[in-house]
Amino acid sequence: MSNDLSELLKELQIQNPDELFKDIPESIRTSLLGLPRGMDEDEVRRLAGEYAGMNKTVNQQHSFLGFGLYNHYVPAAISNIINRNEFLTSYTPYQAEISQGIMQALFEYQSMIGELLDMDAVNSSMYDVSTSLGEAARMAKSITGKDVFIVPKHMSRNKRAVLDNYAKGADIKIKEVEFDERGMIDLTSLEKMVDDNTSGVYAEYPNMFGIIDTNVPKIKGIIGDERIFVAGVNPISLGVLAPPGKFGADIAIGEGQVLGLGLNFGGPVVGVFGTKEEFIRKMPGKIMGMTKDHNGKMAFSMILQTREQHIRRERAVTNMTSNQALMAVAAAVYLSLLGDSGLRKIGEVNMGRTRELMDVVREFGPFLPYESSPVFNEFLIRLNESKTYVNRIAKKYNLNPGYVLGKEYGFTDRNQVNIITNVTERNTNDDFNAYREFLREVA
Amino acid sequence: MYHQATFDEPIVIDIKGRRTLKIPHENEGYKAQVPEEMRRETIGIGDREEFSVIRHFVKLSEMNFGADTGFYPLGSCTMKYNPKINDEIASLDGFRMIHPLQDSSEVQGALKLMYELSELLKKITGMDEITLQPLAGAGGEFTGLSIVRAYFECKKELDTRREVVVPDSAHGSNPASSHMAGFDVVQVPSTSDGTVDIEKFKEAVTERTAAFMITNPNTLGIFEDKIVEMADYAHSKGALLYYDGANLNGIMTKTTPAKMGFDIVHLNLHKTFSTPHGGGGPGAGPVGVVEKLKDFLPYPLVTFDGEKYSNDYIPPKTIGKVASFYGNFGVLVRAWTYIKMMGEEGLRDACENAVLNSNYMRKKIQEFMPVPGKTIKKHEFVASSVGSGMPKAGDIAKHLIDNGVHAPTIYFPLIVPEALMIEPTESATKEEMDLFIETVRQSLKVSHEMFEKEPVNLKVTRIDDVDASKNPKPTLRMVRKEQKEALQQII
Repeated sequence: MSNDLSELLKELQIQNPDELFKDIPESIRTSLLGLPRGMDEDEVRRLAGEYAGMNKTVNQQHSFLGFGLYNHYVPAAISNIINRNEFLTSYTPYQAEISQGIMQALFEYQSMIGELLDMDAVNSSMYDVSTSLGEAARMAKSITGKDVFIVPKHMSRNKRAVLDNYAKGADIKIKEVEFDERGMIDLTSLEKMVDDNTSGVYAEYPNMFGIIDTNVPKIKGIIGDERIFVAGVNPISLGVLAPPGKFGADIAIGEGQVLGLGLNFGGPVVGVFGTKEEFIRKMPGKIMGMTKDHNGKMAFSMILQTREQHIRRERAVTNMTSNQALMAVAAAVYLSLLGDSGLRKIGEVNMGRTRELMDVVREFGPFLPYESSPVFNEFLIRLNESKTYVNRIAKKYNLNPGYVLGKEYGFTDRNQVNIITNVTERNTNDDFNAYREFLREVA
Repeated sequence: MYHQATFDEPIVIDIKGRRTLKIPHENEGYKAQVPEEMRRETIGIGDREEFSVIRHFVKLSEMNFGADTGFYPLGSCTMKYNPKINDEIASLDGFRMIHPLQDSSEVQGALKLMYELSELLKKITGMDEITLQPLAGAGGEFTGLSIVRAYFECKKELDTRREVVVPDSAHGSNPASSHMAGFDVVQVPSTSDGTVDIEKFKEAVTERTAAFMITNPNTLGIFEDKIVEMADYAHSKGALLYYDGANLNGIMTKTTPAKMGFDIVHLNLHKTFSTPHGGGGPGAGPVGVVEKLKDFLPYPLVTFDGEKYSNDYIPPKTIGKVASFYGNFGVLVRAWTYIKMMGEEGLRDACENAVLNSNYMRKKIQEFMPVPGKTIKKHEFVASSVGSGMPKAGDIAKHLIDNGVHAPTIYFPLIVPEALMIEPTESATKEEMDLFIETVRQSLKVSHEMFEKEPVNLKVTRIDDVDASKNPKPTLRMVRKEQKEALQQII
């Protein structure tokens, strides 16, 4: 027992720390939980190394797997900055004066995302894009007082399942709008669906099939000012694609994982959330704001806290407390490193390489159902073979051709495989060759 | 004497230069080819060198205070030391470079780790099944309350069970999560000893109650010793019991939520299990449930058939999903590492030392400031800066940070006036605690005029939070817009 401990015990006039637990009734005390003995660092490192070694990383195969989480290059500078102890081990900046560093970093994240989205108000992060969508649907109801929220029929089931949960608690009804034959929102159907009960419409570009939906710019005009248009974007595409603000989006959301966060088996990621200035008081999440200290010096403050649960309790705009702040800092570092020219370039490379792989597909047959629609860095490929066969051939070439859409997406034909193939700047020509050989054998 | 590093750093957008980071395939002539109406024209974040980016963010980090900088007794946040091995293990390629949609045969190691972590958390809480999916504590609350809703919907009682009962000392997220899950909130007062008023509790819990939600030890750091009676009573009315695990560090290994009678538990891995909080997150909020609620958990759950791990089990009455994928995996890896290294004995030591430190500080502070409620505290306690000549809690906080000691949580819980909520955790030396106590004692002698000038040793002095919220400027573009408007008015 350390000196410290015995002094503390003496001060409290007790022999053993356990005496401080005598207020827990005997009937509910536990003797042993049955947890294993503690390991030392070397042991746990070996064990973890063994588990990590049981996983096949994307670097150990030709991977074209995306579908919501993407294998982009993560610059070394990012882990260097987010592992700075002062950032890594700080709590939410409730004491602003001693936490200006992270508050400025988060303000910079908000500012750069604001430019990307062409939106004035951005929060300092949501948990992920799915919860961003859930919160956006709640916000649309809160602004309009209406309770029907329209989403595309074709969207990631993961996103949809989270949205459904949020909608249930808030008594929001979700309705689905169909796609047209080009894989884009069917504007005629949408126009018919929108009525007095509609709170808002969610649409994505690129959408679930990777398509840059050219109908999106027309949505706001159809639904009008009295309804909320929520645009779903891929932030890394916004170096080449026009921002949602340009199309009149009232709220813009996206998965920030693409901005230098890596895969990490799906988390931590970061939900991007931005809105128009007029709706800032309805926006969920923590927000850093620029202001001044009493000497007139630039300073940052956690603003509009009266929206939040620790003050507003059940009337708060959301229950969120912890967010994904460190991942927002990572995204800020990423955007700073790439800058305007890098963002444009990475968009060009992703689009260009994707088109190149689609050209490879064309060599083997008409396997691209939405051939004429522009895509960003994902496309749908349809092969007339069984899933088992396709998997076997892919394995032979150490290839993961992408995410296979199953019956939950309405694809039930057993003699057909529908794959979402994703290409990023990390895919090499070797990866392309493996894809070509795979196609040669299955086509 | 503490002096925080101070730099007048511009906003990174205003740091101009040329990009030095190379992008794969960047010189191979790829073009975007975007339909005209959707083409991007300008972006507006500028270019700069990598070294400028690093210098900028290193300087920002130096103007921040973390648990690795110094003592951080922020109540209810459990700012214990975060072992560095946690981060090293989370950064192994085998964990970092795997995709959640890979076939389970390729990610057996990740699934094994998740399965083991669930088993460990089951033992710690006494729950029968665990989901690791919720991304933070409040996310866990929303998950748990969605399970409550689904359970009563299934029993066809949801039409009558519309209420969640919470004590007035509850974390604000409890009523907020209840509301988000579609329930009305009923608040129960506490007595002068700081525990739930049992008579009022019995009036509040009725056939309309879906769940009673409480953290134990409560936010005053007091163990609710009538918890078994409350649990029995709530159960007799058909309600479920929800355990907010934010304060688990105060009882870990001494009792379990299951022993106390709880049906649903959320944990905060970024508090009790040492994962770094990153200036606000990521956290992780796993949820445990008893047998009868297992079928309602979010999908998918990791299962083990004795040979291999699978990741496709969908509980038959699942509430659906609460996150895109399987949770904040990087955080889960860190918590697994922590529990593996602590073992049962280490966790017991952590809990005992946290409670010992808290009571030591409570005893010292009590010499000059009231500490409401029962004497023996668990991991934290709340002092109340009221009485003649006492400074405001907010002033004490600024005096502390000016002296390089992180402030406690202030003005919470709402039931204590001028509250200072102090949680030393197990990661504090006697010297650090004594310095904190001494600094608070000194603050009693600081005049109002002096307080006005504090802090002086930090990057900035006091900030006008009211004005910052009245004229919100969350982005540089809004700052510029306002400057432009101001300029036009002058012209």
